[in-house]
Amino acid sequence: MVRYSAKAGVLSAIFMGLGQLYNRQVVKGILFLLAEILYIIFILPYNIESIRGLITLGDKPQEIVDGKIIQGDHSIFLMVFGIISVIVLLLFIVFYLLNIRDAIAVGKQREHGRVPAGFINSLKTASEKGFPYLFLSPAVILILFITVVPLIFGILIAFTNYSSPDHLPPRNLVDWVGFDNFINLFKLSTFSRTFFGVALWTVVWAVVSSVTAFFTGMFFAVLINSKGVAVKKFWRTIFILPWAMPGFISILIMRNMFNGQFGPINKYLQAIGLGAVPWLADKTWAKITCLLVNLWLAFPYYMAMISGVLTSISNELYEAASIEGANAVKQFTKITLPIVMYSTAPLLIMGIAHNFNNFNLIYLLTMGNPTNTSYSYAGHTDILLSWLYKLTLDQSQFHMASVVSIIIFVIVAVMSVINFSYTKSFREEDMVQ
Amino acid sequence: MNTPGIIKRYATKVLIHIFLIICAVFSIYPIIWIVMSSLNPGNALYSSTLIPKNITISHYVELFTETDFGLWYMNTLKIAFFTMVLSVVFVVITAYALSQFRFRGRKLTLMTMLVLQAFPSFMSMIAVYLLLLQIGMLDTHLGLIIVYTAGAIPYGAWLVKGYFDSIPRSLPEAAKIDGATNMKVFVKVMMPLSTPIITFIALTNFMAPWMDFILARLVLRTASKKTLAIGLFEMVRDRANTEFTMFAAGAVMVAIPITVLFVILQRYVIQGIAEGACKT
Repeated sequence: MVRYSAKAGVLSAIFMGLGQLYNRQVVKGILFLLAEILYIIFILPYNIESIRGLITLGDKPQEIVDGKIIQGDHSIFLMVFGIISVIVLLLFIVFYLLNIRDAIAVGKQREHGRVPAGFINSLKTASEKGFPYLFLSPAVILILFITVVPLIFGILIAFTNYSSPDHLPPRNLVDWVGFDNFINLFKLSTFSRTFFGVALWTVVWAVVSSVTAFFTGMFFAVLINSKGVAVKKFWRTIFILPWAMPGFISILIMRNMFNGQFGPINKYLQAIGLGAVPWLADKTWAKITCLLVNLWLAFPYYMAMISGVLTSISNELYEAASIEGANAVKQFTKITLPIVMYSTAPLLIMGIAHNFNNFNLIYLLTMGNPTNTSYSYAGHTDILLSWLYKLTLDQSQFHMASVVSIIIFVIVAVMSVINFSYTKSFREEDMVQ
Repeated sequence: MNTPGIIKRYATKVLIHIFLIICAVFSIYPIIWIVMSSLNPGNALYSSTLIPKNITISHYVELFTETDFGLWYMNTLKIAFFTMVLSVVFVVITAYALSQFRFRGRKLTLMTMLVLQAFPSFMSMIAVYLLLLQIGMLDTHLGLIIVYTAGAIPYGAWLVKGYFDSIPRSLPEAAKIDGATNMKVFVKVMMPLSTPIITFIALTNFMAPWMDFILARLVLRTASKKTLAIGLFEMVRDRANTEFTMFAAGAVMVAIPITVLFVILQRYVIQGIAEGACKT
């Protein structure tokens, strides 16, 4: 018996399309052949060049000769194009492997005495099988360039010294520094103090803000749902308004209301004889203000979600309970609370993850202020994300910002995996064992 | 009948309602305050009072004649609309492929999407900036729309995929037996059955550009291309004490349509969030 498959496979491995030609699939073979020739001529040189750039990050610094600037290598561009090149190379390798697989598969068919399919027929099978890929490709391409490439870049920056003032292209080159930044984050006293201080407040903020809003929301949901309350729909609509307003508008309004000098809240406090409170200027008050504003903004969200759960609890449960002699408090703790907690706990986790990165609230309300002189580039109310924003956009400390964002990612990723493991979408995939 | 019992119950009822009224006042006070401020004759935060001495709409007029507010509004509306359309198309197509087909690389795609949506957007900021700069889309609305759309796909596709999964398989299969193509099954069977979740995706992606501050500020550089979020923030940050009432007018102009839209469609929002979070 002739081993068509082995021969075809080896041939296709030597050069794309040879195996197909050997299998007498001429059109397909020529197309594969052309694909590799085109790749070698037009893309390969560029690929090699830019992957070399990714490794060295440039070796020609900018120079000034006779008062004229001679452009050197731009490390950051080299890095971005290097990443894209690696992806293109990987895609080509996958394509190459597919070509070998195809040659082997057709070779096997010939061993079984079948005639290889003609070009038109191959196209038909490909379009049937390829339908999901066709559907996915627009999203994949978009995500690849707008999300994946930038993310890989963002991660790689953590291993370089890309920062102001000495390593900022195009004036200077950027170099790989290994794990130095990670070590520095914990070893350099200003950075580690800022990191741990800001991280602690971020966790406190995320947990306290979500928990207060959650239980306030539950309180109102239960209260409005109770028997004695008239026009339930009216109350729900009124209380939902703070959530329905665009968030950034509400936050900016609050920033004015809590204004220490001119804001209405302090005016009222003074009018009734209480002193003005430094809502945004004092470090402790500023944190309390953040929590209060979040409470106002977010409790309606939990109220709405919990109301939905409450209406689905069967009335018979409560009737049975009152026959047994359970009072309102007991009915709440034994029936309402367990059911609500069971179905809305994921919302609470999601809320904590959201507030962990709630840049808008912190930045638009306090901008992280009041400033903390013992921190590097951060204020008392800064959370990790707003600190990151300042590190990146105001201070150009890209390398440290990248290290911090990797840490944030790990934390948020864990939380969101926990959260997704509750969802139907996830469970049906058997991704959790 | 014992009268004290009735009185007690009646008193509780009244107390609960009084309590609710007080809380409601706290809840909507900021909204009333901003509306009133926008009608105040003065300019400053300090001089504005809850009940204006005489009502004026001059700040609304100034907003359009003296600032670029109208332009920002149109920019935001345009960006929001196209982000919504593109996101829905991309999300639905992706979710359909992931839900209805079994193919190599499917699990990998799903897992990647799950991981991707956990990254803080800052991490990709610098590179997004450089890439947009390279392809000449920095400082364009199209660039921003593309960035928003790409960001909306992972989470949205997960959500919609879960929804598609819950549609009984027999429906699309029956249609296929009757000779419908994949495309036809998608348009005639799956889409009509998923209006609630699609409404949710559309609404959230329409609202996002009204709220987003970070990406808009990164991509849009020219003053005339700004969105409302940036424009109003700068108004408050730089001129809170001199143009406060004008900001108030701007805030009202933004808040009214969005709030109304939200209240009308809130049942889809609540259902959508519940779908993504609980549903065990």
